[in-house]
Amino acid sequence: MKAWLPLLLRLALVVLLVAFVTSPGWFEPLLKPLTENNAPVIYNQGSLLTLTLLHLRTVLIATVAATIVAVALAILVTRPAGAEFLPLSRSLVNIGQTFPPVAVLALAVPAVGFGEKPTLIALFLYGLLPIFENALTGLTTLPANVVEAARGAGMTGWQRLTKVELPLSAPIILGGIRLSVVISLATATIGSTVAAKTLGEVIIAGLLSNNLAFILQGGLIVAALAVLIYDGLSAVERYAARRMGREAE
Amino acid sequence: MIEIEGITKRYDATTVVDDVSMIIEPRTIAVIVGTSGSGKTTLLRMINRLVEPTSGIIKLDGADNRSVPGYELRRSIGYAIQGHGLFPHRTVAQNIATVPVLLGWDKDRIKARVDELMTLYQLDPREFGPRYPHELSGGQQQRVGVARALAAEPNVLLMDEPFGALDPIIRTKAQEDLLAIQKRFGTTIILVTHDMEEAVHMGDKIAVMDAGKLVQYAKPAEILANPASSFVETLVGASERPFRLLSLGRVRDAVENGAAEGEAIPGDASQRDALAELLWSGRPALPVKGADGKPLGRVTVDGLVKRAARPA
Repeated sequence: MKAWLPLLLRLALVVLLVAFVTSPGWFEPLLKPLTENNAPVIYNQGSLLTLTLLHLRTVLIATVAATIVAVALAILVTRPAGAEFLPLSRSLVNIGQTFPPVAVLALAVPAVGFGEKPTLIALFLYGLLPIFENALTGLTTLPANVVEAARGAGMTGWQRLTKVELPLSAPIILGGIRLSVVISLATATIGSTVAAKTLGEVIIAGLLSNNLAFILQGGLIVAALAVLIYDGLSAVERYAARRMGREAE
Repeated sequence: MIEIEGITKRYDATTVVDDVSMIIEPRTIAVIVGTSGSGKTTLLRMINRLVEPTSGIIKLDGADNRSVPGYELRRSIGYAIQGHGLFPHRTVAQNIATVPVLLGWDKDRIKARVDELMTLYQLDPREFGPRYPHELSGGQQQRVGVARALAAEPNVLLMDEPFGALDPIIRTKAQEDLLAIQKRFGTTIILVTHDMEEAVHMGDKIAVMDAGKLVQYAKPAEILANPASSFVETLVGASERPFRLLSLGRVRDAVENGAAEGEAIPGDASQRDALAELLWSGRPALPVKGADGKPLGRVTVDGLVKRAARPA
């Protein structure tokens, strides 16, 4: 009975989320008390479903790009030839993290204009660090005798990387991607300040018109997405860890 | 045949292996013994070029080991290490197939070879093949590690303390298995250990290393009888010498004419085991039987004691 409960809760959350973004009208009575002066209860300047999908797309593109760059960088600096770039790449990625996303948006808008592009740049820079740090940890903490055995068996550098090192560090790298995705899901909302189509639009509209119902529905959708995606990626991570013989802690 | 000629390895100012020369005959087992830091592992790793020597040449069957790229060389040489180093994300069968896959053998040949090795190591291919390394016991993991090293039918097998992580009972079994397999495949084995007992038991020849130098390279009996230096003598252990000498001989070589009472000891048993049995049971003599169960004669305490004495 107890084992069913978390699964049931998640399922309920998925159903609720899908119902809300596809037919928000059903939930009007619930949110009604939060509005004043007969203001609209459900966001009426665009479909919630479209905004949710666009929000997810923005996060997906930024995360995929950040993953490719961060993992490539981590691979590069853990090869003997690239070892001297390790401190440099670490500080570069750290700078990406210390820049507030709002500042990145402010700087990127004059360069690339309004819309999705500055948001993507901010999310990309922001997502690099967790993935890079985790990839670095994964690639540098491999069991020494396994790596030794791979060399001793006559694998080339590339074969060791693709057949042993990356598969074995996959669970840890996935952990970095999970962190990065969750940060990006939340951070993407501010993209709407520079006219990116994300769920931030709903929150900002609510703030501007003093409409608590708008703020709440935008925030709740983002929160539900974050919880579900975090959960899903955790499960993938645990599966990968078991598969790679590294028991998940 | 492996010829090591004037091999030296220096890291900055420290010389780890200092001008070592030795020849390892084909189809024999050479054991390199030494304390930790003696350079024995580095010497081993220079044979398959996991470490590149500072100077000197190593020839395998007459060919310089630098005549092919390192990874190709290593595919042709078996390599087994302490703690086995199995790939945790691959099944037992996939682990054993590592080198054959790298060499591009076809599927049927790989499967046949994996099954052969697993059967040889008393692991049912159908039961253990699909398992992952963490599902095996320590002894089984070690056997898979050696099976992986032997998979591509190498002429040479390098072993770095392969039995180091095993408990004494499994260890003895693993040593016997290795001796049997060495006889079967005729593999030339170079084994690194810090355990003189293991060296005397396994080695056709023993190389003793100390502080990067090869101190003595000789047959076990020679090392026991005439240690080249006080270091070798310490390593052998003065109080253990007579027993180690006996452990080299088989009972059948010490048989005398006559009969004795009691349970017979097999002719293949070591003379050390025979002496232990005699001392423990308090008898002056034991009957000896051949492999077919026929009596061969007897061994006596006096006879064995004479054999344990320092050779002239």
